[in-house]
Amino acid sequence: MTNLFEYAPAPESRSIVDVAPSYGLFVDGEFVDGSGTPFKTVNPATEEVLSEVASATDADVDRAVRAARRAFTRVWGPMRPADRGKYLFRIARLLQERAREFAVLESLDNGKPIRESRDVDVPLAAAHFFYHAGWADKLDWAGLGPGPRPLGVAGQVIPWNFPLLMLAWKVAPALATGNTVVLKPAETTPLTALLFAEVCRQADLPPGVVNIVTGAGDTGRAVVEHEDVDKVAFTGSTEVGRSIARAVAGTRKRLTLELGGKAANIVFDDAPIDQAVEGIVQGVFSNQGHVCCAGSRLLVQESVHDEVIASLQRRIGTLRLGHPLDKNTDIGAINSAEQLARIRELSEVGEAEGANRWQPACELPERGFWFPPTVFTDVSPAHRIARDEVFGPVLSVLTFRTPDEAVAKANNTTYGLSAGIWTEKGSRILAVADRLRAGVVWANTFNQFDPTSPFGGYKQSGYGREGGRHGLAAYLEGAQ
Amino acid sequence: MTHVLDPDAPAAANPPRREPPAPYRDVTRSDAAFRAFLHGLPGVDQVGAESRVAVLGTRSIKTTAKAWAIDTAISMVDLTTLEGADTPGRVRSLAAKARRPDPGDPTTPPVAAVCVYGDLAGVAKEALTGTGISVAAVATAFPSGRASRAVKLADVRDAVANGADEIDMVIDRGAFLAGRHLDVFDEIVAVKEACGDAHLKVILETGELVTLDNVRRASWLAMLAGGDFIKTSTGKVSPAATLPVCLVMLEAVRDFRAATGRQVGVKPAGGIRTTKDAIKHLVLVNEVAGPEWLSPDWFRFGASSLLNDLLLQRQKLRTGHYSGPDHVSVD
Amino acid sequence: MSDRLAVRKTYKLYVNGAFPRSESGRTYEVTDARGGFLANAAQASRKDARDAVVAARTAFGKWSGATAYNRGQVLYRVAEVMEGRHAQFCEEVAAGEGLSASRARAAVDAAVDRWVWYAGWTDKLGAVLGGANPVAGPYFDFSLPEPTGVVAVLAPQRSSLLGLVSVLAPVLAGGNTAVVVTSRTRPLPAVTLGEVLATSDVPGGVVNLLTGDAGEIGPWLAEHDDVDAIDLTGAPADRAMELERLAAGSIKRVVRPPAEEPDWSADPGLSRLTPFLETKTVWHPMGL
Repeated sequence: MTNLFEYAPAPESRSIVDVAPSYGLFVDGEFVDGSGTPFKTVNPATEEVLSEVASATDADVDRAVRAARRAFTRVWGPMRPADRGKYLFRIARLLQERAREFAVLESLDNGKPIRESRDVDVPLAAAHFFYHAGWADKLDWAGLGPGPRPLGVAGQVIPWNFPLLMLAWKVAPALATGNTVVLKPAETTPLTALLFAEVCRQADLPPGVVNIVTGAGDTGRAVVEHEDVDKVAFTGSTEVGRSIARAVAGTRKRLTLELGGKAANIVFDDAPIDQAVEGIVQGVFSNQGHVCCAGSRLLVQESVHDEVIASLQRRIGTLRLGHPLDKNTDIGAINSAEQLARIRELSEVGEAEGANRWQPACELPERGFWFPPTVFTDVSPAHRIARDEVFGPVLSVLTFRTPDEAVAKANNTTYGLSAGIWTEKGSRILAVADRLRAGVVWANTFNQFDPTSPFGGYKQSGYGREGGRHGLAAYLEGAQ
Repeated sequence: MTHVLDPDAPAAANPPRREPPAPYRDVTRSDAAFRAFLHGLPGVDQVGAESRVAVLGTRSIKTTAKAWAIDTAISMVDLTTLEGADTPGRVRSLAAKARRPDPGDPTTPPVAAVCVYGDLAGVAKEALTGTGISVAAVATAFPSGRASRAVKLADVRDAVANGADEIDMVIDRGAFLAGRHLDVFDEIVAVKEACGDAHLKVILETGELVTLDNVRRASWLAMLAGGDFIKTSTGKVSPAATLPVCLVMLEAVRDFRAATGRQVGVKPAGGIRTTKDAIKHLVLVNEVAGPEWLSPDWFRFGASSLLNDLLLQRQKLRTGHYSGPDHVSVD
Repeated sequence: MSDRLAVRKTYKLYVNGAFPRSESGRTYEVTDARGGFLANAAQASRKDARDAVVAARTAFGKWSGATAYNRGQVLYRVAEVMEGRHAQFCEEVAAGEGLSASRARAAVDAAVDRWVWYAGWTDKLGAVLGGANPVAGPYFDFSLPEPTGVVAVLAPQRSSLLGLVSVLAPVLAGGNTAVVVTSRTRPLPAVTLGEVLATSDVPGGVVNLLTGDAGEIGPWLAEHDDVDAIDLTGAPADRAMELERLAAGSIKRVVRPPAEEPDWSADPGLSRLTPFLETKTVWHPMGL
């Protein structure tokens, strides 16, 4: 039946952001030109070029690291911890004040729905600064051993899926513990990091404490391999994580990695079905599935398989795919042509290997990068779509008969970032959570994040934690 | 005219048990079986339900969609007065408002029904004859439901005899909470029979059921017993209608239709005062039960002050400027 | 001294609770600090390492799933049984490391006490390293330490007993299982320790001791996809970087070798426990 209640377009105004035609690097408190060939950042929903962004060469990165070192030795290291905290509180407040601007810019540059950037990314980023601000003068009580000291200069490389939020996850703990930072945002989503640089200036953060170098893989490599970097923090693919681990081998650099995942979302037959369906949808389709902890493998008990799939398909049919700045959009644009190609390729492999592809009737905009929410049923654990991280809105459905089988299948992956459990039986939740080899387990919920709650993986999903007391250890000398 | 308790009415204590529709025919064969069935329904995680309605609450309904939503909401209102101080005069004035909610704008649709106590149903009927607006009467010892079944059934018959097209009954929450589910079921069946052709709305009084699990069970119980609508509240107990409760009830009617083929309506009542609240409910209907429920036949608002806010918002959309309370009628 | 001719011991590997010879059939000569012959030790091969990893993986479920109290008692039992072999350990340490009797005794005392220290840690880690996280929402959220899995340990080359226990016991206390390459030139206390472990309620496969060359076996362990972490403390200095690079292939947790072998008698704190612990965070809604 035709829907009588067709929501009229409800676009968030773009006029709140002022995207400059070009951006430099943010080094030592100033915007400066980069020496490399500038690159364009596009709006993935329209393929419109948003801006031209400087590319940092080895020499530029070197200048940034030297600025960070100077700031560490002269200003930020010696500063009273309480004052460091106050700077972070300022940043948190500035992010809240300019929240709408950040949200719109994030959606423009990344393609994610404004509802998510407005209600998730930006508020959580501000919360991370607020939380870590309070730690700055309380590190002696963090239970990480006596007299924790900062490491020095942190080189941080972050991905394109949550550009501002990942910046917050990296920068806030580094600064709270007294380190200074050279951060490289992803090349397809540099704009909110550059707006953050402006926030640092409004906060009067001393020059050199935060430096932002934009560029592609070579810039990232320069940050990671710079001799005067004491600490490397990376979020991104397992493949790049591996090469970074190799690059820092044999050095004194400390390393934390937050890498890929292939999370199992386990639905038992006594689950609260409507909320489980919601959790499945949230788990794999939010942010277009560009989430390392996405619940991309649905493990459903055979006895409720048909019921769950029917509910799931009905629910997916109500998802609204479209312009990221429309407040009613649930699924935005895929971040880049490259990522879209990968999602398409893996989906084709899925079909070729014999799984059943289902997609709702869904019109895709003509321009931009789009992929409809997709469910593969009849997936076998040997299929690539059951093993490889798709990093897109693609769900693979597998079945199980007993809790033992569920746990065995859930753990049958080289990753170990997250997992979900849906059952109304409390003791089963605790037993299954105990046996899952994953760093974050969501029971009767999914994709929840909080600055107080440590996040990070087992196995090839990486090492180290971000958030909470645990996250501080990565940035402190002698932390145990 | 007033009906008194009829001493010749058939004994209400043991009416033949009506079978629920297939595929649930045997679930009422015993108290234990019925309990097992109701408790075997999937649980509701409260936090998950709340976060679902919170996300749906961010839907931004603008321009043409908003105009459609406001008119649809007006047409779904059961314009209600349920006060001890109600008089025929007040009911007549409410009936006038129901027919032409905005005297200044004849394009404004009429409401769905006027909802009154049973003794005033005749007054309402007279005032609404020929308008297509229904008369709804609350019955069964509304709002507490604490009376013998004979009294409750007499209450229903009385209201129907007075001209009520729709009966809003209350379930026996005490029996439900005590686990006597079959008693509640049998009573709804008996009331349904007493209704004759009148439509039956079953008030669950969700504020007294407290948990969303109970809301889901009571919804199914009422639908299995033959209720045409399930309704959240009497309006006399706080909290009355809430979005999570409405969500669970909409899921119940959706699932019930999928299983039995029979469509049941939903009526949130009490506490819905603003256009924004009403639109949030319509979004819920649209995305949870589906657009098939987006009509006064299947969704109602039990409300009084809501109508005026809908009218003010309607005027704003039409004229492009804001209005004030003196531009809608006080009832 | 009696005239009785001593019965000498054959020093073998300790894998999966048994004492096999190396599958390669190789042995190498172990001498005392002055170069005198002590014994022929089994020289473990890459295939021995492979078998040891399988044993450690198999044993992991039960050992990591045991209660912390139970693991604590098992580790304490190791101390008790070691104490009973005190004299033998002293002799082997003195001979291998060239220590005076009193310094050898001090090393053995410290090694026994180290088991006791870690035995007491097993059921405190959860409280010290875990806890509830006050998230901004209606959820109960808690974090707990869990063992990383199978840990490869290249044991210190000089401190053949105290150093070995200092790197092994924390791996076990956290609930991990271990594949250890012992000191190459001073392997005998390790083999005797294996005999202690075999008789101390430590389930077979939880600890696997390979005598031989860390430079030879280390790369196989570093590159092994089913090894979750590697402690490079006893790695040859010129090979450490290569081993760390190999370990990157499967994102292993790596403990880098110290610039020089530390004084093992110092208080270790948590520094050798946390590298082999993961933090698991669990969320659950709170609703009626």
